[in-house]
Amino acid sequence: MTKPRIKIATTSLAGCFGCHMSFLDMDERLVTLFERVEFNCSPFTDIKQCEPCDIGLIEGGVCNAENVQVLRTFRANCTTLIAVGACAINGGVPAMRNYFDLQDCLREVYLTGTGVTNPQIPNDIELPLLLDKVYPVSGVVPIDYYLPGCPPSADEFLQMLEPLLTGKKPLLQKLHLHYD
Amino acid sequence: MQTIHDTIIIDGQEIPFTKGQTIMDAALAARVYIPHLCHYPGLTPSGNCRLCTVDIGSKSVAACITPAAAGQEISNNTSALNDARKSITQMLFVEGDHICPSCEKTGNCKLQAMGYYLGMLDEHFPQFYQHREVDASHARILLDRGRCILCDLCVRASREVDKKNVFAIAGRGTEAHLIVNSSTGKLADSNIEPGDLAANICPVGAILIKEQGYQVPIGQRIYDQHTIQETGLQENSVKKNDD
Ligand code: SF4
Ligand code: SF4
Repeated sequence: MTKPRIKIATTSLAGCFGCHMSFLDMDERLVTLFERVEFNCSPFTDIKQCEPCDIGLIEGGVCNAENVQVLRTFRANCTTLIAVGACAINGGVPAMRNYFDLQDCLREVYLTGTGVTNPQIPNDIELPLLLDKVYPVSGVVPIDYYLPGCPPSADEFLQMLEPLLTGKKPLLQKLHLHYD
Repeated sequence: MQTIHDTIIIDGQEIPFTKGQTIMDAALAARVYIPHLCHYPGLTPSGNCRLCTVDIGSKSVAACITPAAAGQEISNNTSALNDARKSITQMLFVEGDHICPSCEKTGNCKLQAMGYYLGMLDEHFPQFYQHREVDASHARILLDRGRCILCDLCVRASREVDKKNVFAIAGRGTEAHLIVNSSTGKLADSNIEPGDLAANICPVGAILIKEQGYQVPIGQRIYDQHTIQETGLQENSVKKNDD
């Protein structure tokens, strides 16, 4: 009998999808990985609703109300939740807006900035409300493990996942540690 | 005059020192690494980053400003001390604006390298998100106070080696910040030059030389290939002008 595969969910909050692209850099190693794992809710599968999963990978920080909701759903459904990449861990590049007032940012980008045509601040009800700051994911839900890097390499993803697949604690080697 | 050698013990290893040496001086001379950010051989130690905290018995002291004394039994490379050092590093990160992927110093930065050395995976404490002033007035030198860890190295380098006194630290606690000694408070109106030690000693990306960004690609920089322990043990005393 084949063993049930480990269920992984992934999402990108306020990130650039770079971490997801880096995950795919595993290339042919994905084939052997898929013998042991399956993706649930993820941009890889286009499944939108997170079901109970073993591992959740969160890329990106928390910049709007929708991010908060997705992150909480992931926490509620994933046994192990991993903050992946600089943005999830400390807000990263999107958090550079935190040094300025949000209204000032919106004004500059949509009203007064160079090259703006038809100036207006977007306010469609479909758009999730922005938070005052971009927060690290650990500021919203408890996080089990951190995988730094901008992005972490495919090797580092594997180094994090391999032990988890056999129920062990992952330990990122210092050799692999980088924040860029 | 005959030099009198005495010894201290660091993590069980006997290390000689001469009168006047600090624990840090003696350790570095014996190639024993005590983590540090605000210490640079040859500049007067200032004891402000506290990364070099070691224990003598039950007392914690900063190795860079504590004189070595015969018979001291010192703990240095212990998991408790390295945990405390990691917390200090995390506090330095959250207090400033450290978005490494957007910083030219990345890969060459000692704060970052300290994080790697101590296995820092996250910053643990809530971020301060302070907005500190950038001074881009100088044609060749950039000062981004957001990344300044107030290590005081540029202050000492300017005063002791360049003999210029360009920098000082003003304010206290979270208000502490680097100020520039010129009529406008701007770097452009100071007498700093790109070749000065003060313009090059910054351990982080707070003082950067302009027009040479990204000459070495990310991934091939100093701390992509070496640990801060390796580079820290190789740093030679700076040459002071009056030496
Ligand atoms: S100064 Fe160092 S720690 Fe700060 S952002 Fe730049 S590389 Fe990162
Ligand atoms: S600018 Fe750099 S060298 Fe000067 S105090 Fe700040 S961190 Fe230290």
